[in-house]
Amino acid sequence: MATVNDKRPVNLDLTTIKFPVTALASITHRITGVAIFLALPILLWMLDRSLASPESFAQLKDLLATPIAKLVVWAMLAALIFHLVAGIKHLIMDLGIGESLEGGRRGATLVFIISVVLILLAGVWVW
Amino acid sequence: MVTSVTSFSRNGVSDWLVQRFSAILLGAYFIGLFGYLVCGAGVDYAAWHALMTSVPMKIINTLVILAIAAHAWVGLWTVTTDYLTRMTFGGAATGVRLAAQALLVLLLAGYVLWGLWMIWGA
Repeated sequence: MATVNDKRPVNLDLTTIKFPVTALASITHRITGVAIFLALPILLWMLDRSLASPESFAQLKDLLATPIAKLVVWAMLAALIFHLVAGIKHLIMDLGIGESLEGGRRGATLVFIISVVLILLAGVWVW
Repeated sequence: MVTSVTSFSRNGVSDWLVQRFSAILLGAYFIGLFGYLVCGAGVDYAAWHALMTSVPMKIINTLVILAIAAHAWVGLWTVTTDYLTRMTFGGAATGVRLAAQALLVLLLAGYVLWGLWMIWGA
């Protein structure tokens, strides 16, 4: 039976919703998670080449010295770093720390700040 | 209690715990591995090969590849159930979602076998 409640407007269209910082941290955590999943074959392939023989190790090392490979490695590190920092924030919140609205906003902001710093440092290390 | 036949353990609380345990293992592993690579500037084949083929590292790598598969499944299950819905795919949503989830399971199973082959086969 239809009730008046069925007519309530529902907007779950992500493209029209303004994202607060907590939502941005959440969706970035998801996007980086999917990105890491997509990077898994590259990472496994690199592990395979690094261990197969001294020759394949040297070939991989030469490949990783090229600008495009460095960009790919940095992109993968960036995704890993954000996902790790955001994940640590989740574990801290699981302990009951920063669960208020204000605490959630501060935590999400901190995740972005710490991630950007670490991603820049990773870039310095790659180049 | 809400259960779903496609979730990792058919139990959200259990999935939550699997996600936390695997996260702690993976976080510690990648921080350790990254620290090793950053500090041991210019790691050569002999040192790298000796480290990765030592029995403790073989055991750790086995746990890590299993943790990656479990963690990725819980995460990707959440993502697929959130976005591959009637709102995005209409009446075809259930089929699309199940097909995507089946593909993800096959890929993850393949990665686990590939990882185990590298760790124990070589």
